[in-house]
Amino acid sequence: MIHLIYLTVLFPLFGFLFNGILGPKIKNEKVIGIIGSGTIGIAFIIAVGALFETLALPVDQRLTIITLFQWIDVAGLNIHFAYQVDQLSLVMSLVVTGVGFIIHVYSIGYMHGDKSFWRFFTYLNLFIFAMMNLILADNFLLLFLGWEGVGLCSYLLIGFWYDRKFEKSTTASAGLKAFIVNRIGDFGFLLGMFLIYSTFGSLIFTDVFSRALSFNVPEHIFTLIAIFLFIGATGKSAQIPLLVWLPDAMAGPTPVSALIHAATMVTAGVYMVARCSIIYASAPTAMMVVAVIGVFTAFFAATIGLVQNDIKKVLAYSTISQLGYMFLALGAGAFSAGIFHVMTHAFFKALLFLGAGSVIHSMHDVQDIRHYGGLKKYMPITYGTFLVAATAISGIPPLSGFFSKDEILWYSYANLGIVFWLIGVITALLTAFYMFRLYFLTFEGKEKFDSHKTHPHESPKLMTVPLIALGVLSAIGGFIGIPEIFSGDHGNLFHTWLAPVFKSAEIKLMNIGSHSHFEEILFMAISIVAGVAGIYYAWYAYLKKPAVADKTASRFKGAYNILLNKYFLDEAYEASVVNPIVKGSENILWKIADNRIIDGTINNLAKLVDNISGTIKKIQTGVAQSYALVMILGVLIALLWLIISYS
Amino acid sequence: MFSVGIVGVLTRRNAIVVFMSVELMLNSANLTLITFSSYLGDATGQLFVFFVMAVAAAEAAVGLAIIIAIFRNKLTVNIDEINILKW
Repeated sequence: MIHLIYLTVLFPLFGFLFNGILGPKIKNEKVIGIIGSGTIGIAFIIAVGALFETLALPVDQRLTIITLFQWIDVAGLNIHFAYQVDQLSLVMSLVVTGVGFIIHVYSIGYMHGDKSFWRFFTYLNLFIFAMMNLILADNFLLLFLGWEGVGLCSYLLIGFWYDRKFEKSTTASAGLKAFIVNRIGDFGFLLGMFLIYSTFGSLIFTDVFSRALSFNVPEHIFTLIAIFLFIGATGKSAQIPLLVWLPDAMAGPTPVSALIHAATMVTAGVYMVARCSIIYASAPTAMMVVAVIGVFTAFFAATIGLVQNDIKKVLAYSTISQLGYMFLALGAGAFSAGIFHVMTHAFFKALLFLGAGSVIHSMHDVQDIRHYGGLKKYMPITYGTFLVAATAISGIPPLSGFFSKDEILWYSYANLGIVFWLIGVITALLTAFYMFRLYFLTFEGKEKFDSHKTHPHESPKLMTVPLIALGVLSAIGGFIGIPEIFSGDHGNLFHTWLAPVFKSAEIKLMNIGSHSHFEEILFMAISIVAGVAGIYYAWYAYLKKPAVADKTASRFKGAYNILLNKYFLDEAYEASVVNPIVKGSENILWKIADNRIIDGTINNLAKLVDNISGTIKKIQTGVAQSYALVMILGVLIALLWLIISYS
Repeated sequence: MFSVGIVGVLTRRNAIVVFMSVELMLNSANLTLITFSSYLGDATGQLFVFFVMAVAAAEAAVGLAIIIAIFRNKLTVNIDEINILKW
């Protein structure tokens, strides 16, 4: 099946073309839905087949490159449309096609009755196509193709309900914001790519990485490349300073938030950094930057998430925060821990979003958690799966989130130091708190909606079955990455599986901490306590004594306002970047450069010609005889000149 | 005779007189051709005059037609009043 891996790309493409061209004519939701999700399902089956075939291979031969055709061949730049199947790309493609398939099925139920049902599935399939290109690419350029492709799909899907209002503006402008912020990151990515080509003379991963080890390249070049690529990652994965687009991306339909803005696309940055692990390992400064940005993003996003009232906004900030964890792991040199968290996060965050979608669906598009409450008895399946996901993200064993998050925290202590670990643990506490705040306000407590107008109901099977599937994955997904100290001789399965990909990077780093098992268990216990404490406080503040929350909010009014307004980050960008550009364009570029300089030059030249010709035109009297006179005088002069010159 | 023609073309206002002056100039040129032809004993000049006369006849027809057309439009044949060929 490895050699059929290109089918995982072609099937979504087929679904995209089929739904895009025939969809508006078919109008049958069943056909469109089956084609849309079926193609992804087949892709998933192929990916599973490829996984088993790769497992059968010896460890050192688990890298297959499948070349489809030559893409670009100019002046030494030779790029093939080729896919690289190895441990890392297999993990990612399983997550993307697997979670993608579940979300596609869910979407059939969620988008039921939408006037542009076919358009939704067209975009979703195009997204999977682009994402698979990004993951399977064997060179930077093909990766960039997918990178831009997912950005485009993200833009299209955020603005999917283009005629709806979103906060102060429209969904279309939210999509535009995502696209433009991503473009800033892409600019960094492009620069990194150019630098890679000029340094190593190739864009193919295997060549670049082997040359990165053998060439004698100064460290600052590595640092530059790594930083440029990381700028691209901050855009795609919504890290500081380019995180502002992700909360607005919640304007899209909820399955989109689950698929693109939680489970898959936003992890592309993590994947890319992990893929370039050797470059990062050669640039300690860049590693530090990645870790610092990651841990701060995790912390800041978590604090903002504490006070948001929109169910999807809380999840959006939680996503940013979890992505911060992943970058912390990468920065700590624990690449496989980062990818592990990508996987578990894809499970439980997709589940949280789909659960939120189910709630929104039954509450008739109300998204404010203050108007929920007591939904437990109306929606038992949504309630159960949401609880599983919330527990998983809070890091309570033995659910999946515990294993991945704890591994990250452990490595951040072992490789970076206690400060990183401390911020990480505080973030874990905050995470548990805001997730359970969300949970208690939504499912427990008093009903705060108007029961005459709203009749909450469980979602149809098409939506609950995907929830259950993801719930199972969130619960048991962590078992493939049980830490060494518990699993004994087997070691950490996930870690062992990915080890060959990151081997050379880890050799270069050589900082696998030599800490005792006691320490590891102690830190694990602390992070569990932090998670439980967060849950307890959420329970205490929002269920037992609901007044506590309001009192705390009013006591720390200033801090509360800052958090509610997201540290005024949007306003700060508005004032420092957007406004200067708008004002500068208006006052300097438009009014001076365009109106005065460019238009002025043209107009004055025209006026000059007009004036000169106005003076000269008087000569043309229109009287034929004066013309004749001038002509004869001319002939006489010519004759005279001839006579003089001859004599 | 050529000079008389030139003066006629430049000074007269009536288009028909101007036209006649042009014919004068043509004929003066013809006379010159014939004279030199006879003086040099070469028949080419005389032959050339025939062509000139043929062309002049055609040109006279066209010229008169133009003058009539102008007269129909402007009710005048005074050249200095026909000055529409300016800005």
